[in-house]
Amino acid sequence: MSVRGKAFIAGAYEHPLRTIPNRTVQQVHAEVAAGALADAGLSFSDVDAYFCAGDAPGFGALSMAEYLGLQLTHIDNTETGGSSYLLHVQHAAEAIAAGHCHVALITLAGLPRSSGAGIGGAGRFGSAPEVSFENFFGLSIVAGYAMAARRHMYEFGTTSEQLAEIKVAAASHAQHNPNAFLQNAVTVEEVLQSKMVADPLHMLDCCVVTDGGGALVVVSPEVARKLSRQSVPVLGTGFAAKHVNNGRIDLTHTGAVVSGPRAFAEAGLSPRDIRYASIYDSFTITVLATLEDLGFCEKGKGGEFVSNGALQAPFGKLPFNTDGGGLCNNHPSNRGGITKVIEAVRQLRNEAHPAVQVPNCQFALAHGTGGNLATRMGSATLILGQEV
Amino acid sequence: MSFLPLADVEINNETQPFWDALHNNTLLLPHCTSCTSVVWYPRAHCPVCFSTELQWEEMSGRGTIYSYSIVAKGNGRWKESGPYVVAYVELAEGPRILTNIVGVAPSEVHINMPVHAVFDTGDDGRVLLRFTAAS
Repeated sequence: MSVRGKAFIAGAYEHPLRTIPNRTVQQVHAEVAAGALADAGLSFSDVDAYFCAGDAPGFGALSMAEYLGLQLTHIDNTETGGSSYLLHVQHAAEAIAAGHCHVALITLAGLPRSSGAGIGGAGRFGSAPEVSFENFFGLSIVAGYAMAARRHMYEFGTTSEQLAEIKVAAASHAQHNPNAFLQNAVTVEEVLQSKMVADPLHMLDCCVVTDGGGALVVVSPEVARKLSRQSVPVLGTGFAAKHVNNGRIDLTHTGAVVSGPRAFAEAGLSPRDIRYASIYDSFTITVLATLEDLGFCEKGKGGEFVSNGALQAPFGKLPFNTDGGGLCNNHPSNRGGITKVIEAVRQLRNEAHPAVQVPNCQFALAHGTGGNLATRMGSATLILGQEV
Repeated sequence: MSFLPLADVEINNETQPFWDALHNNTLLLPHCTSCTSVVWYPRAHCPVCFSTELQWEEMSGRGTIYSYSIVAKGNGRWKESGPYVVAYVELAEGPRILTNIVGVAPSEVHINMPVHAVFDTGDDGRVLLRFTAAS
């Protein structure tokens, strides 16, 4: 069953703050939920499906459903890290197409900045079967991504300068976002001179640590038609789970190799049709590998691709993360996947900042990456449009 | 032993022989008698062909570095370790496994570098499998 055109994103809201002291996580979930529902022109009493992931406190999605006061016929707490919320859009579209619900609410919120968490969070998963083999040895989240970057450099000749270009493009966009955590433009040299965290990744190759959150409202075509707000149809969806495959690790490819083609096939589109892309940017290498795997350039040529200004809005070949992305704007709960969808919706509604609004943005792609790059990860791709 | 922290690993019935062998300076991994895969990490079934007919087999302890990172400053118990090398080592028998490279200057470490197993044992009996440059 294809979900193409069977569900619409009617509401999208990003919390304006990046440091939120003296509030509970559930309170921020409620704030972003209210924001997205108001954006859609709907209310809490219209919601009949609720989606959240591991950042939401409590027993699956049930605690939050109770806290928010929702009356639900469908619920989903699929947890795939930063890709969760894009997969939630897919699941919401499927549930709407199957008639299980009409108005689906998706929320993300977290307070890692106020609670003093580092980049990527703890990265430990209790009694997971791999925990005594893959989680010791001082493997930080950054080090895992750094090993992917190192291998990419070895296989394809990618350089730190090329990775830095990704940060430079994100920072040039963040200058226009008054809510962005980092609003300064940076140069390649400044990235290379920033502190080395886990070689070859520098501090400025890493995403920001921010409090905050975001929410989406996905509705049926019948509901969308009744709303005055412009709704954005879901045209294509794809997901892949990639793991170490019995120790036969391949660090240079992500699950986007699978999720991308599935999303493009469902949408009936190809990478050259995409005018704007939100690419999950926990680290610069995340973007580089994902761009290649989604087919925006040949495998191994990502460094060359990003060095030619391709990512710069509004006139680059593939403007990306025009809100400043996770690298500069926002990475709430150390997993800002939902912000990828929110900025794609802004672009399709022609509501991005004028300096970075892509002209004639007919089709946009949003991609989420969860977990550890190429080893134990979820990859989720969405293709959205201005109309079906 | 190296200067790096050891760990309180979780040992269960599926993995006990692996940890027992490390105490005897031996690297044992399950070998699938059905499809011949070497299984990483140890478990009670083969994730390639789903057979449960596995046998523990001694590995050579030799390998090469598949990728690595020099971590400038670790977290938690690793905070005071100074720069250290976390790596994936490709065992001669196939699996690429997470480890540390010890006994060699981080600046000397490179992809494809030949390494061999070090059974890093603490006074308290805890043990971790690490690797050092092959002589």
